[in-house]
Amino acid sequence: MVTAATVKAPPGKEGAVPFLQIRRVVKQFDEVFAVDDVSLDIQQGEIFALLGSSGCGKSTLLRMLAGFEVPTSGQIMLAGKDIVSLAPYERPINMMFQSYALFPHLSVWDNIAFGLRRDAMPKPELQARVEQMLELVQLKAYAKRKPHQLSGGQQQRVALARSLAKRPQLLLLDEPLGALDAKLRERTQLELVDIIEQVGVTCVMVTHDQEEAMVMATRIGVMSEGKILQIGRPSDIYETPNCRFVADFIGSVNLFKGTVDIDEADHVVINSPECLHYVSHGITGTAGMTVHVAVRPEKMTIQPERPQDDERESPEQVGFNIAQGVIKDLAYLGSLTTYHVQLDGAATVVKVTHTNAARHDASQLTWGDRVYVWWCGSDVVVLTG
Amino acid sequence: MTTAVKPVSFLHDKLTGAWGKNAVIGVPLTFLLIFFLLPFLVVFKISVSEMDNVVFKDLFVWADGVLQLRLKLGNYLFIALDDLYFQTYLSSLRFAAVTTLVCLVIAYPFAYFMARSPADKRPALLMLVMLPFWTSFLLRVYAWKMLLADSGVFNNVAMAMGLLSEPVKMMNTPFSLVLGMVYTYVPFMILPLYANLVKMDLSLLEAALDLGATPWQAFWRITVPLSKSGIIAGSMLVFIPCVGEFVIPELLGGPQTLMIGRVLWDEFFSNNDWPMAATVAVVMVLLIIVPLALFNKYQAESTAGGRA
Amino acid sequence: MKLSTGQMTSRVWMTLVFVFLYLPIVTLIVLSFNASPMVTSWGGWSLRWYAALAKDAEIIAGFKLSLQIAFLTACASVILGTLAAIALNRFKRFPGRTLFAGMVNSPLVMPEVIIGLSLLLMLVSVQRAFGFPDRGLLTIWFGHTLLGMAYATVVVQSRLQEMSPQFEEAAQDLGCRPWQVFFLVTLPLISQAIGSAWLLTFTLSLDDVVLSAFLSGPGSTTMPITIFSRARLGLSPSVNTVATLTVAVVSVGVVLASVWLSRAERRRAQEMSAAFRGAGG
Repeated sequence: MVTAATVKAPPGKEGAVPFLQIRRVVKQFDEVFAVDDVSLDIQQGEIFALLGSSGCGKSTLLRMLAGFEVPTSGQIMLAGKDIVSLAPYERPINMMFQSYALFPHLSVWDNIAFGLRRDAMPKPELQARVEQMLELVQLKAYAKRKPHQLSGGQQQRVALARSLAKRPQLLLLDEPLGALDAKLRERTQLELVDIIEQVGVTCVMVTHDQEEAMVMATRIGVMSEGKILQIGRPSDIYETPNCRFVADFIGSVNLFKGTVDIDEADHVVINSPECLHYVSHGITGTAGMTVHVAVRPEKMTIQPERPQDDERESPEQVGFNIAQGVIKDLAYLGSLTTYHVQLDGAATVVKVTHTNAARHDASQLTWGDRVYVWWCGSDVVVLTG
Repeated sequence: MTTAVKPVSFLHDKLTGAWGKNAVIGVPLTFLLIFFLLPFLVVFKISVSEMDNVVFKDLFVWADGVLQLRLKLGNYLFIALDDLYFQTYLSSLRFAAVTTLVCLVIAYPFAYFMARSPADKRPALLMLVMLPFWTSFLLRVYAWKMLLADSGVFNNVAMAMGLLSEPVKMMNTPFSLVLGMVYTYVPFMILPLYANLVKMDLSLLEAALDLGATPWQAFWRITVPLSKSGIIAGSMLVFIPCVGEFVIPELLGGPQTLMIGRVLWDEFFSNNDWPMAATVAVVMVLLIIVPLALFNKYQAESTAGGRA
Repeated sequence: MKLSTGQMTSRVWMTLVFVFLYLPIVTLIVLSFNASPMVTSWGGWSLRWYAALAKDAEIIAGFKLSLQIAFLTACASVILGTLAAIALNRFKRFPGRTLFAGMVNSPLVMPEVIIGLSLLLMLVSVQRAFGFPDRGLLTIWFGHTLLGMAYATVVVQSRLQEMSPQFEEAAQDLGCRPWQVFFLVTLPLISQAIGSAWLLTFTLSLDDVVLSAFLSGPGSTTMPITIFSRARLGLSPSVNTVATLTVAVVSVGVVLASVWLSRAERRRAQEMSAAFRGAGG
């Protein structure tokens, strides 16, 4: 289990002082640790997503950044300055609320101007800034309307404009797309990222939707029970999870429990009840250790006949990374089909995803068919935790 | 860079928030302490005093190195031993209980039907219920005098129509008192019941019917238990003030209707016996303290939906 | 369209209750035009009692005083009630909270004779010690405000509960200090509740008998006290005329308010539900 999270700076910014530093922050409510000793570095200009299911502490952490909760202990440094003792209205941070919280008694224009007026911005400057924000979210024609006269997507854009109007040093997003329906969500995800990158503001977002995090964020922090389990780019998190929780949380994964038979610098052989595994890279571990082999469903191939030896990735892998079983269940999803295969010799059911690349792909296999399931040693991750 | 864990300073919270918080709580609190709590202490003191002054020092006597508390319990003893007082308190409780029950019987179906009316009709119905409440209650109680008197509207009309040969005595009886109190307090019972019933999830009833209950069974086993908080709230809103009612017994009651509110008034205004009036008041408060606590508990629970 | 038994019962019951509620009011109105001085025997239509009312100095003086007190009471109740509502709604834990909540809510149900007596005794003691205050407008105002505050708190508190905390958080996030949050965001959003509370406490004060009786002094006789004394003695036509006028004014006011309120309510409900998506309403 990872405790102190390893920080990976985005390429090109090696050695830069992190813009936002969260140092050993703890938030305790009575007996419960909502946030349990979290440390995190966020670079300027990146979009960082805190991903986790409800109750994992991500919202509490976000609220501490905004100033609505005070940490029980720990520091939060923004551009080198500790902001923990600052009230929300003193921080150069703005938040877009999950429910938008647009002031119903004010027009769109006044909502956006609200924060600027608190700073006593001179009138001409204020007007120019509001116009600029309206332009940014393409709502110029709706400036005089009240929030209840707008659609959900339009309200979201007003909320975004309002939170960017003061040019904050840090933008916080609380489940930004939670309130939109699926079709709208897809389009809005990319639009949001475009606007944020256009403005160039550093952004921390909180979400329980992995797809949202993967699409929008430059780096993701997976949280569970108040702790950060892994930090990394979406591809790192997906392809190189550091523990079973993360592997299982993002997407689906097949886990094989086994013992290390051979432990070499460039390959490892693991023995599990379902089959023998050949892993094409070394691991930090020793022979005899109990480990889990993780294989993503889309990395597996399913077919009725045994694969030819020359189809395998390398000659050493013949006989490894292959199992037989019976199709227990299948789900046809249009672009792909998911098969649940009960493997021989064990109670394990693996999930295999098959892209229906050709029009008649899906109709080949059905319930009860005997199949071979196989994969490549380089597509495997070994998990010790 | 230090890696030691540093507890957060709450100083900023105190400087910015405390002033406002103290004022928001402090102003109403001070008002209530002066005008609600202090008077009760004064009443208690006077009820155990020889005279009607409030010098608390009088209660304490320092003699021979011993500090004695001297309470004149004469008034309390008088009340406890006097049959008339006992009867009056009992009678007040009885009338209040009867009024509450009658209100419940009238108001529950009414609130139920109103809650089940088409949604667009409900605001109008609510307005019609509230309208009498906004017109003076004194005047409306007085109106019953006109209706129920021996030469009042009911009797006149009935005799003119030949239904009666001589007037029926309705005025200054327990009947007119209860009628007057029910009339005045029925809106207080309707409102909490309506508020509760209108928020009830109808799918619960549908589930009950789906599982085999008849509408009557569903009503008694689902609707009524779920409206319990409304029933309690409404009952407290009617019962407690009825115990100490003065105006209605005065205008519509009679020699048979002993109500403690009138006794208190007479002790104060007619007899000018302030200590006695104070004693009557203290005993009245003791009588209603349990329903009062119940009411406060209900209020606290119903407003518990606020934020931390 | 044939109605079901349920619907029939519903209509019958509700009609009966409405008849019960409105019969006295209608009677008052009709009999105020009764030419005969014998209130309950009909003598034909007449406006003589309204003419008499215009010359009734006692009632007019009482009415003026009642209006003054009601106005002061409504203003004070709304201010204190709003503060109390905010205190109870926002601060979940502070020393003495149970006592505070108990004191705020109890005047709603406490018999007025108890409140009146205890308040009077306290004020008299203070007067004896400090020579101030004398019984009169000021003391009646104190008593009415105590009662009004309880009602105002309930009204404002229920509105505050409905209101999501995210509005105030958003305001803070955008740079408002706490007092600015209150005046710029909270107050506009609860303004309707404050208006209702004002009207409610105004009416309550205008109508109050018992507290006024205990707390008034020589020269400070409110209209309800006058009416009550007359009503005690028997039936009086002047009471009917006052009643009719009151009912007329109040009805017009309530109907107008209802219409305006339902329109505003509909719009507000739209605004609120539109300002909120899914969770956090």
